[in-house]
Amino acid sequence: MKNEDRHHRAVDELYKIADNIYNQIDKGQIPKMSIPLRSKKNIQFAPRKGVWKYGNLHGVRSAKKMTGAYMLLRTMYMLEFIKDMVKDQKSSTLREMYYISEGWGNAKFGSQDESNNLAEDLEIVTTCMREDFKLRPEEDGARVIGNLTLMETNRKGERKKINLRDDVGDSGYGIPFNVEKDKIELLNTDAKFIIAIETGGMFDRLVENGFDEKHNAVILHLKGQPARSTRRFMKRLNEEMNLPLVVFTDGDPWSFRIFSSIAYGAIKTAHISEYLATPSAMFCGITSSDIVDYDLPTDKLNDKDVKALHAELSDPRFHDRFWKSEIELMLELGKKAEQQALAKYGLDFVTDKYLPEKLTELGVLK
Amino acid sequence: MPEGCRDRWNPSAARRHQAPDEALGEPMMDIAEKLAKQQKEISIAEFFEKNKQILGFDSQTKSLITAVKEGVDNSLDACEEARILPDILVEITETEKGEFKIVIEDNGPGIVKRQIANVFGRLLYGSRFHAIRQSRGQQGIGISAVVMYSQLTTGKPAFIISKIKGEEVAHFVKLVLDIKRNRPDIIEEDFRMWDGKAHGTRLEVYVKGRYVTGKQSILEYLRATAIVNPHVQITFKDPMGGVITLPRVTEELPKETVESKPHPEGIELGQLMSMAKASEHRKLTAFLVNEFSRVSPRVAKEICEAAMVPENRSPRRMSLEEGAAVLKGIGAVKIMAPKSDCLTPIGETLIRKGLRNVLEGLKPGYYAPPVTREPTVYSGHPFLVEVGIVYGGQLPKDQQVDILRFGNRVPLLYQQGADVITKAIAEVDWRRYGLEQRGGKGIPFGPGIVLVHVASTQLPFTSEAKEAIANLDPVREEVERALRLCARNLKTHLGKKARRSKTKEKFDIVQILLPEIARKAASIVGKPVPALGKTVTGIMNVIWVEDKVEFSKGRHKVAINIHNFMATGQKFNIHTILPGKALDRKHITPEPDSVNGDKLTWNLKRIASTEVQTITFELVGLDQDEFSEAEVFVSGINHANVIGAEPLPGDWDLDGTGQYSLFSFTEAPEEEEVEEPEEEDENGVDYDEQTEVISDEE
Repeated sequence: MKNEDRHHRAVDELYKIADNIYNQIDKGQIPKMSIPLRSKKNIQFAPRKGVWKYGNLHGVRSAKKMTGAYMLLRTMYMLEFIKDMVKDQKSSTLREMYYISEGWGNAKFGSQDESNNLAEDLEIVTTCMREDFKLRPEEDGARVIGNLTLMETNRKGERKKINLRDDVGDSGYGIPFNVEKDKIELLNTDAKFIIAIETGGMFDRLVENGFDEKHNAVILHLKGQPARSTRRFMKRLNEEMNLPLVVFTDGDPWSFRIFSSIAYGAIKTAHISEYLATPSAMFCGITSSDIVDYDLPTDKLNDKDVKALHAELSDPRFHDRFWKSEIELMLELGKKAEQQALAKYGLDFVTDKYLPEKLTELGVLK
Repeated sequence: MPEGCRDRWNPSAARRHQAPDEALGEPMMDIAEKLAKQQKEISIAEFFEKNKQILGFDSQTKSLITAVKEGVDNSLDACEEARILPDILVEITETEKGEFKIVIEDNGPGIVKRQIANVFGRLLYGSRFHAIRQSRGQQGIGISAVVMYSQLTTGKPAFIISKIKGEEVAHFVKLVLDIKRNRPDIIEEDFRMWDGKAHGTRLEVYVKGRYVTGKQSILEYLRATAIVNPHVQITFKDPMGGVITLPRVTEELPKETVESKPHPEGIELGQLMSMAKASEHRKLTAFLVNEFSRVSPRVAKEICEAAMVPENRSPRRMSLEEGAAVLKGIGAVKIMAPKSDCLTPIGETLIRKGLRNVLEGLKPGYYAPPVTREPTVYSGHPFLVEVGIVYGGQLPKDQQVDILRFGNRVPLLYQQGADVITKAIAEVDWRRYGLEQRGGKGIPFGPGIVLVHVASTQLPFTSEAKEAIANLDPVREEVERALRLCARNLKTHLGKKARRSKTKEKFDIVQILLPEIARKAASIVGKPVPALGKTVTGIMNVIWVEDKVEFSKGRHKVAINIHNFMATGQKFNIHTILPGKALDRKHITPEPDSVNGDKLTWNLKRIASTEVQTITFELVGLDQDEFSEAEVFVSGINHANVIGAEPLPGDWDLDGTGQYSLFSFTEAPEEEEVEEPEEEDENGVDYDEQTEVISDEE
């Protein structure tokens, strides 16, 4: 579908929401809107796509309650705002929309999370993407380095061929918010796999140690919980260039969730999991077993960590033998470890010993 | 028999115990003789000299307050007995470092010359010890203890001047207490002019002490005294030269107490036997009828029958076994509660006034109607309990509620933890009444003040210092009952408030948010703004009753607005109950359909959906705080649909409940939390209440 059409389809879908609310009031009913529940209770595995999607549980926003009434009012304001943007051929960042809501009186958002969430709600209800609503996230500049060539259409409309090893500086290639085919065409690579890294320090270590050239790897910095475009980019590399994806994070409960949103789909965006998640992604470490096997320096788990681990035990995405034993082991140890803890054995330990060992174990290196 | 016990009955063993050391050197008999010479009667004054803490003189700070307290109690008792409105002066001056001169002057009836010295210079000399009636002083210890403490700490004599009404001159006496003999030792005595004073007594003593301000201070004590004695005027001159006047709030003296005989319930066997031994009556029935209260000849007969002791048994010859049987008989027979005329409760109005004074300008959210219980008995002594609670508003939150304790109208400042009042407060599960309390035990938290007054002909204090009332089961249980009754009113109020604020939210929805949603939706779809009426009633679905009370020029103007936010017209009845005879019959609209005493009923015409009906009336002759919110009840409609009015209590029509506030104590229905009927949302889950359990963000 062409861009223009996508925007007009989005407006039509948004109109339907407003019309539905209007008709309810006109009939003397209490207006309400039904949305799939976005919690871990309501995600289920979609075997054909190999990712986790929302289930059948729905929540209702009804004007009967204060919070529901506020959300309905905000929804109306946001619909009108998007409609006007499409009409005027403008677009805005999510952050800009949050600030625009300052002028919405009672419909003003309390925080940007609230406005981001509502935009996602609208994606779910309309089955459109927020880009179709002319809403985009801020650049988050996740970085990539490796011998991979792509063609990017720049802001002047020129198509530029970029090699992600030779044409970029030390900080690598910045992933734009739009990584679809109309923007980025993947050309060729000699890489054998992608290694996605949680922290900037470890990314820089691998770059400095020349890990990409030595092992034919594409090194990617996740910057914590990866943005949609980063996840989409990894998925395209994985599917279109047949590159296995390996995820290398800290060894703590929050990093486990980074992996699960890359591999299985994030709870918040389960409506577009098949578009963002890479089901074949592999977790390299730091695992709880690594803490023991490599005798790594650790920090004590705090109350929040323990709570998070227990929550993960009831998260359906972690219901397999591997994760169950890793989570339980971490609880038992009462400890977590950072990626950088490997430096205990020297700066090259991670590239010379740890990663080769782990990647061979995973079958990525032979 | 254990070893130690046997020794007591064995003289030689006992001696060995008394003097273990000397036993080796001196012959034992000599020691016994020696000891015998040392054994003699101890005077009561000597005893108290050694045990000052029993009388409340255990620290320098406390001693000063105790001295003032004893003096003021004495003055108030004297004034009230003589039916004089008390006018008390308390003056403290620091004469040298750590030494204070205390002056307490009253306008009481004065003391006759021959008694002045005994009243002030002799312990256990008093007029009230043998009387069964409520008074502040009981033993005749307090004021002479002050004199004794004064001479012990400063060596200076007490100076007393007293004038009796109608006499030209006053008497003055300078005295010390002869501690060995427990007799006054008069140093100087004479007549003296006392200009400008018609009658009264003035005491001057010098004591060592420390003057403090704040909590547990003299001013605090005087202020608390003023709260429960609004007929008293107190002038206080502090050592810094400040003068504080606590003005008289009412000209009405407390009801005069009548001396009464002991009530048979709860009396101890020993007490019964000694009364019987001293009795002049020849028959047991006559003894019971004449020496106890609430025993009629019929009741006396019943007691004898239940005890299986002949009615004509001479009380003086009654055996211990028979006494015990009579005691059992008393327990088996129904005897009327004691007469209340030996007790003087503070009363609802004055409790409210007193609480307002103590707030010093802070505006509380709510005065729970105070509770004054009917008298009951512990160990034969009648007592009654009163409770008042103020709550919310500007009172400080996040701390334990303030407790104001009173015993026979005397503020109790010390030993809060040991007091039956504190224990009773800690026993009540305040969470049931909407207050915060950890684990349902202990002093509750919240913006509140709880006032408790226990009045009795014989208060069971924990010590002679009269700082705390002993934790006796019947007293504590009665205090708990009074607290619960008062708290129930508070809960009704809090519940009403909570439900109103919930409904207030709905008001905001239908008045602000819904119209905006409709307007926006209409503008997006390009259609006219739809009518909201049905949606509004769908969201509210209640009858909303609000009462507004305005006070000006001695009139309470009350308006009750009844909004019908239900989908259909509604017809029902509104009821209210008003304080005694305050209703102005000329200013009621609409005319009520029935007036029964202070109870009014309107059978309203059908109120159409979204319409409002207003009822107005006026009250005259009440103080402002006597009426702060109308008690509104509804009938003829499911009360779950009504916010701001309670369901009509079951015994509304019965006589004897028509008393304002008494009614609401006994009848505040055990509140079942009336949750508004919420229809189940789709799938039983409310999206808005869901929080993401797992956040994928770090």
